[in-house]
Amino acid sequence: MGCTKPRVIPSGDIADAMEELCISACCNLPEENLKTIEAFAAAEESEVGRQVLEMILENHRLAAREQRPACQDTGLAVVFLELGQDVRIERGDLVAAINEGVRRGYEKGYLRKSVVSEPLFERKNTCDNTPAIIHTDIVPGSELKITLAPKGGGAENMSGIAMMIPAAGVEGVRKFVIEQVRKAGPNPCPPVVVGVGIGGNFETAPLLAKKALVRPMGSRNPNPAYAALEDELLEAINRLGIGPQGLGGSTTALAVHVEYAPCHIASLPVAVNLNCHVSPHRSITL
Amino acid sequence: MAKRITTPLDEETIAGLRAGDQVLLTGVVYTARDAAHKRLMALIKERKELPIDLRGQVIYYVGPAPAKPGDPIGSAGPTTSMRMDPYAPILMEHGMKGMIGKGMRSREVRDAMVRHRAVYFAAVGGAAALVAKRIKSAEVVAYEELGPEAIRKLYVDDLPLFVIDDIHGADLYEQGVAKYRKE
Repeated sequence: MGCTKPRVIPSGDIADAMEELCISACCNLPEENLKTIEAFAAAEESEVGRQVLEMILENHRLAAREQRPACQDTGLAVVFLELGQDVRIERGDLVAAINEGVRRGYEKGYLRKSVVSEPLFERKNTCDNTPAIIHTDIVPGSELKITLAPKGGGAENMSGIAMMIPAAGVEGVRKFVIEQVRKAGPNPCPPVVVGVGIGGNFETAPLLAKKALVRPMGSRNPNPAYAALEDELLEAINRLGIGPQGLGGSTTALAVHVEYAPCHIASLPVAVNLNCHVSPHRSITL
Repeated sequence: MAKRITTPLDEETIAGLRAGDQVLLTGVVYTARDAAHKRLMALIKERKELPIDLRGQVIYYVGPAPAKPGDPIGSAGPTTSMRMDPYAPILMEHGMKGMIGKGMRSREVRDAMVRHRAVYFAAVGGAAALVAKRIKSAEVVAYEELGPEAIRKLYVDDLPLFVIDDIHGADLYEQGVAKYRKE
């Protein structure tokens, strides 16, 4: 077998792609988000709830039309990279290129800069929304897929993890997820998208939950048992009564996405990461 | 049918508002969120003058996106109010009569609202481009260095809001869940 010649991607192309992704993700919401909200608006039991969902739809269309961020909280730039192992990045490093793109995108797109450099004492705004939070998977192939999921603080603050014992089982998971959404109430800007990560360990379960949020809204887990769990959780959450913006109603969540991973024989980690109804994300493949 | 109200909020207006009312608010409101509140608290502790006179005023919990050229402000929806709970009762002691945000308030804040006759409103979170259309002017009045967290004086015209907590202790979030929850 001969050597595979690496495919070269200039770091400048990565920065350019990131810049475009930042603006596009915040202003142009995925079509399936709007379709899902429309479907729930048609079925919403509360008149005020319907009115709120209509306002949200109007807002999201306005954002795309006028290229304004749908929400002022344009979040932390959470970046998922699928880096083909046959890619070589030249003329600069990957992380610097991502951050350069975030810096330019948040400036050019009139997006809010929401990062403080240190969490406890000074909390000084970095003023360019860097650094991005970057998760990299090395995958076969010679492409680089970049997914940006700008993540607001309001919904993120309502997230949680439980290190359960295996005996807790499906019922334990169900109770924890529903209770997490119930406790969050109106705070994460319902209707929410619920990302659930089951398995792995203390650091991977939340990452699975976050990855679940970037799936197309309403898509189902390919494993039928997990897809059924998603359906069951969505129905149970929508019986809580929280409703659009917490004002009461039958639309508390737009989707529940569950992701899972192998775990230790002693463990059953479960993480819940919430997203608001804006739920922005965009991908590009170089 | 939404009630039209104007700022500063007077006693008659406040007394007439009930949890669940939809209102269209017109007039001046001031923005402040985490960092600005922390600074206001430090001034109060040192018994120094505040950069704004809070009497009768409404504070909007928002950190707006930057304005595009020609616009007064960028997208400007509400942020989660509970982060300001530790500070809100003290600002009510200094005359604040209304708060705009989203999400639950603590027991302490709700008790303080009854005691000081103040009201809590919610704007539609995440409908930030739409909210910005109702903001006619914006100027930074303190802490410019805080960027999105600076205190801004906004003039809003028919800003659509829901009364969440009134001066009688009622809470729309509790009422809504009680009405639509299915056991």
